[in-house]
Amino acid sequence: MFGKKWAALAAGVMGVTLLTGCGGAADSAGGGAITLGFSQVGAESGWRTANTKSIQESAKSAGIELKFSDAQQKQENQITAIRSFIQQKVKVIAFSPVVESGWDTVLKEAKTAGIPVILTDRSVDSSDKTLYKTFLGSDFVAEGKKAGEWLVKESAAATGDVNVVELQGSTGSAPANDRKKGFADAIGSTSKIKVVASQTGEFTRAKGKEVMEAFLKSQSKIDVLYAHNDDMALGAIEAIEAAGKKPGTDIKIVSVDAVKDGMQALADGKINYIVECNPLLGPQLMDLVKKVSAGEEVPARIETQETEFDQAKAKAALPQRQY
Amino acid sequence: MTKHRLFWPVSALLALLLVDLIAKPSFFKVEVRDGHLYGSLIDILRLGAPLILVGIGMTLVVATRGIDLSVGSVVAISGALACLHLSGLPDQDAVGGTVVAVGMALGLCLALGAWNGFLVSVLGIQPIIATLILMVAGRGIAQLITDGQIITITSGPFRALGSGYLFLVPVSILIALAVFGLSSLLVRKSALGLLLEAVGGNPEAGRLSGLRSGRLTWLVYVFGGLCAGIAGLMIAANTPGADANHAGLWIELDAILALTIGGTKLTGGRFSLGGTVIGALLIQTLTTTVYTLGIPDTATLLVKALVVLLVCLVQSPAFRDRVRRRRRPVPATESARAVEVSA
Repeated sequence: MFGKKWAALAAGVMGVTLLTGCGGAADSAGGGAITLGFSQVGAESGWRTANTKSIQESAKSAGIELKFSDAQQKQENQITAIRSFIQQKVKVIAFSPVVESGWDTVLKEAKTAGIPVILTDRSVDSSDKTLYKTFLGSDFVAEGKKAGEWLVKESAAATGDVNVVELQGSTGSAPANDRKKGFADAIGSTSKIKVVASQTGEFTRAKGKEVMEAFLKSQSKIDVLYAHNDDMALGAIEAIEAAGKKPGTDIKIVSVDAVKDGMQALADGKINYIVECNPLLGPQLMDLVKKVSAGEEVPARIETQETEFDQAKAKAALPQRQY
Repeated sequence: MTKHRLFWPVSALLALLLVDLIAKPSFFKVEVRDGHLYGSLIDILRLGAPLILVGIGMTLVVATRGIDLSVGSVVAISGALACLHLSGLPDQDAVGGTVVAVGMALGLCLALGAWNGFLVSVLGIQPIIATLILMVAGRGIAQLITDGQIITITSGPFRALGSGYLFLVPVSILIALAVFGLSSLLVRKSALGLLLEAVGGNPEAGRLSGLRSGRLTWLVYVFGGLCAGIAGLMIAANTPGADANHAGLWIELDAILALTIGGTKLTGGRFSLGGTVIGALLIQTLTTTVYTLGIPDTATLLVKALVVLLVCLVQSPAFRDRVRRRRRPVPATESARAVEVSA
């Protein structure tokens, strides 16, 4: 009975979100507006919440009526949401797939109904590329590459070996695989840069710290830490400090994401470089929605606009950081 | 000596440490750095403390023939509530505010333990189902508390719970050992342990001989909630921050594994707190070993599973008996004993 109560509460909260979503957009746009059905993964991190906010706000300012649904990390919720969007005859459907596979049936239903689909942030694994119009999201390989290129430039003056330890994301996830590959590609031609240890930190602070503690004891010399996200880097900073070393000076740190806590550490000099993985793809998405619903052709793959931060840039950007 | 109930878990732990000694002699290096002990062994103690605590609570629950699946969620709730309170304080380093935060979190965990105990002992719901409710709902509660975000905190006194040192030794292991010492004293120097074993071994016989098994059952779930709460504070203090999505995830399974390795019977009635501590340390040693030796992470789970399988096999009297029988004919008395143990 406890479980039911919370489920009811969660359903209530979702209902309210949905209502305010529609109401707000209808006020600003009126009757002839484009309707967009959007199914979000969930609210598992600050990154994801910023992503949701960006989509809601930019829909409002673009005059697009948004029907928003939270899948709470479950594919079946997402499929249900997409089916209900089809029934409601929305103009465009967009979603961030919880998992990569198993989408063909529901996407075919959307195609039969003549509703174009846009993927955001994560892609689907389907051989039929006509099932969706475009995929808007980060290029994880490019992110890893940017981190590697920074390191190559940073260690240009170094005479001896540069020993790197790597904290990978969750084993088998697309961001972990791609960020590892991009980084390895970028440092490939520089023989003095060596990845001496690489383990998964599961994208969390606790594991990032635990693995870094083990690295600090098992490796005789660590010059650089490459973390696949800011949270693991933040955990590793704790471990480095407990070992009596200075993060950012004794061990240089490069990571990916640029969430607020990471940017703070960068501004404080504890991280040296962060490659941004931008969650604020709302404006780009609304642009695409307008183009697609007007029948215009769009490229099949669109990358989010992203940048990189060094310590000075982080200090300047920090006050406006939303997430 | 092999008959001592801690013989097999302790030898497994020593065997694993021997592997470390051969593969990486520096594993055993302990030095004083920055005013505290520093080394892989110290990490194992510090990081193993939360599992020891959850394991101790779980052992007593299992002793009464129960199980508590909700401990992972309670870990998350405890850390979330404490960090939420701390993050709202004007001065996070104030000891008073930290004490309030810790008190609030532990109070809530006691209540959650009481809720589990109520479902099991008063409403008579099967423990695995009763605690499954809080396991699922609890993580949701933790996410509601943190609003789905990671709450980062800076409080010095709170951080000491997870990464602080007292007399060179990690605070977390001191707390875990204190809880272990107190609960061992309580169950072994008073009749409490006997009563728990009686409830778990045969509840009906216990009831007929005048035992108030309902109240005892309730008590162990409350204690389990408290242990999980303290573990949750340690985990949050170590990062430092509350991660409602990941804190304590799957710790209930690790705790069950730890007590099984330690020789506690899942069917209730026989338990060993010392065995659970050894089991928890074995699991943490295994994790640290994997990281230290640089075993590729795609193979990590397989390596862990193999070690656990080995430990469980040497623990099994039936298996040991079979191995022995292959080597030499078994005297009648010994095979009779083996049958009795495995029955």
